[in-house]
Amino acid sequence: MTSAATPMVQAVGVHKRFGPLEVLKGIDLTVGRGEVMCIIGPSGSGKSTFLRCINHLENVDAGQLFVDGELVGYERRGDKLYELREKEVARKRAEIGMVFQRFNLFPHLTALDNVVEGPVRVKGTPRHQANDAGARLLARVGLEGREKTYPRQLSGGQQQRVAIARALAMEPKLMLFDEPTSALDPELVGEVLDVMRDLAQSGMTMVVVTHEIGFAREVGDALVFMDDGIVVEAGAPRDVIANPQHERTRGFLSKVL
Amino acid sequence: MSTPAPDELPVVPVRHPGRWVAAVVVLVLLAMFVHWSVATKGLHWDVVRHYLFSSSILQATRRTIVLTFLAMLIGAVLGVVLAVMRLSPNPIVAGVAWLYIWFFRGTPVFVQLLFWFNLPAVMTSLSLGVPFGPSWFHTDPKTIITQFGAALLGLGLNEGAYMAEIARAGIISVDEGQTEAAQALGMTRLLTMRRIVLPQAMRVIIPPTGNETISMLKTTSLVSVIGYAELTFTAQIIGARTFQVIPLLLTISLWYLAMTSVLYVGQFYLERYFARGSARALPPTPIQRIRMMTVAGRDASGRGL
Repeated sequence: MTSAATPMVQAVGVHKRFGPLEVLKGIDLTVGRGEVMCIIGPSGSGKSTFLRCINHLENVDAGQLFVDGELVGYERRGDKLYELREKEVARKRAEIGMVFQRFNLFPHLTALDNVVEGPVRVKGTPRHQANDAGARLLARVGLEGREKTYPRQLSGGQQQRVAIARALAMEPKLMLFDEPTSALDPELVGEVLDVMRDLAQSGMTMVVVTHEIGFAREVGDALVFMDDGIVVEAGAPRDVIANPQHERTRGFLSKVL
Repeated sequence: MSTPAPDELPVVPVRHPGRWVAAVVVLVLLAMFVHWSVATKGLHWDVVRHYLFSSSILQATRRTIVLTFLAMLIGAVLGVVLAVMRLSPNPIVAGVAWLYIWFFRGTPVFVQLLFWFNLPAVMTSLSLGVPFGPSWFHTDPKTIITQFGAALLGLGLNEGAYMAEIARAGIISVDEGQTEAAQALGMTRLLTMRRIVLPQAMRVIIPPTGNETISMLKTTSLVSVIGYAELTFTAQIIGARTFQVIPLLLTISLWYLAMTSVLYVGQFYLERYFARGSARALPPTPIQRIRMMTVAGRDASGRGL
């Protein structure tokens, strides 16, 4: 049922609770193909949890979440939902790239080995072919010649760019960014945002949880403000930032702008 | 009288009289010990020298090394498997691992050795096949549980329980973000464990494993109770025959010390290997340190050593 009209991500009444704490209280969102959606909101608003639900790092308690027209984590046969096996979940995750706030590079592997680990081990790409593609990806994120460097020897901004290259190496159809610049020194934020901007211009579908309002305004096709587990406001970035409709959005923007 | 500039004033370093006092005390005690060990005829250093490289002691040393190596190998492999099992989401698998560790940590290794050695007395046949059905392979347990077999089983299976806890500590010390990043790439749980978590866990696993290996080297002496002719048993036999118990114990102590010293060196280099990527610069090896000191000594600083 995949077609050009099918949205890349579609959330319908997504609920998630951790014990007694309800983190997502019914999220309805649609991300179109090639669209860049930025999600902002105070910490604890559930924006990272929602992002992690999209590639099934967290499972949804109620509601439905579709990626590329397919239900996340379950398969519908007749009127029953069957939980997917680990292998099937892994296969679907392989098609979605994710970039983490704390980079999560593999410290025992060099920059190039970090990038080729997925293609070689998950996709079975031949090593030499993966190495060539990996070196090209590192060059694309501005890290030519750093193939043999270990993550700890790189700055935070460089590490995050390696992490983006690692995610891109799987040739994903969707990229998720979980506060990719929040752990960076201010002067290193720009280099990571530049890479993300290029990626957006290349037509990649992206969901970005961020505090960078400037990036959201400039690059985003849609801006979502979340608070307390619900979508408070969504729309074109310029409209939401310039003319917020809700009191909570106004309060949040006045603090971060 | 003119005052010299501060940077021309002589510098008097702090004195350390305590170090001199300690050195004198230690030297006196050392002299007393050397005098005692030379003057005491019962120690019979000539006998120690005679047996130190005798063929029976050398062969027993070889057996101790082989037994230590194989028992640790069984223990390490079993330990990693048990640790991964204990962290499995499958409750039966995790429970089996827990039960194994509970049993083997809860009984003395000495008792386990005796148990394995005496098992063939009550178990007259051993077969491999369908449970309660036909069997394809059939043997007398005595052919498998020899003295060496019982020693290996007893030490290896017991070690597996301890290594499991060491491996588990290593695995849970690895940041959860590593597992998440691997899963986000589409790696399965076992692939993540093998490629991402275990290599990083090794840094935490190696030091206590070195400790376990040194401990195992000496625990092999317990095997003398089932009559396997490793170092301690051999020394006891020769000692009993020649009435030279103390010299023989000195002989094997020297061998145990020599072997543990070699293990120290091995552990150092193993730790270095698994520390790659985790430190900006690795600590220098002793050889590199000596080279640095001698090269620096020839430099202008003159403070090489």
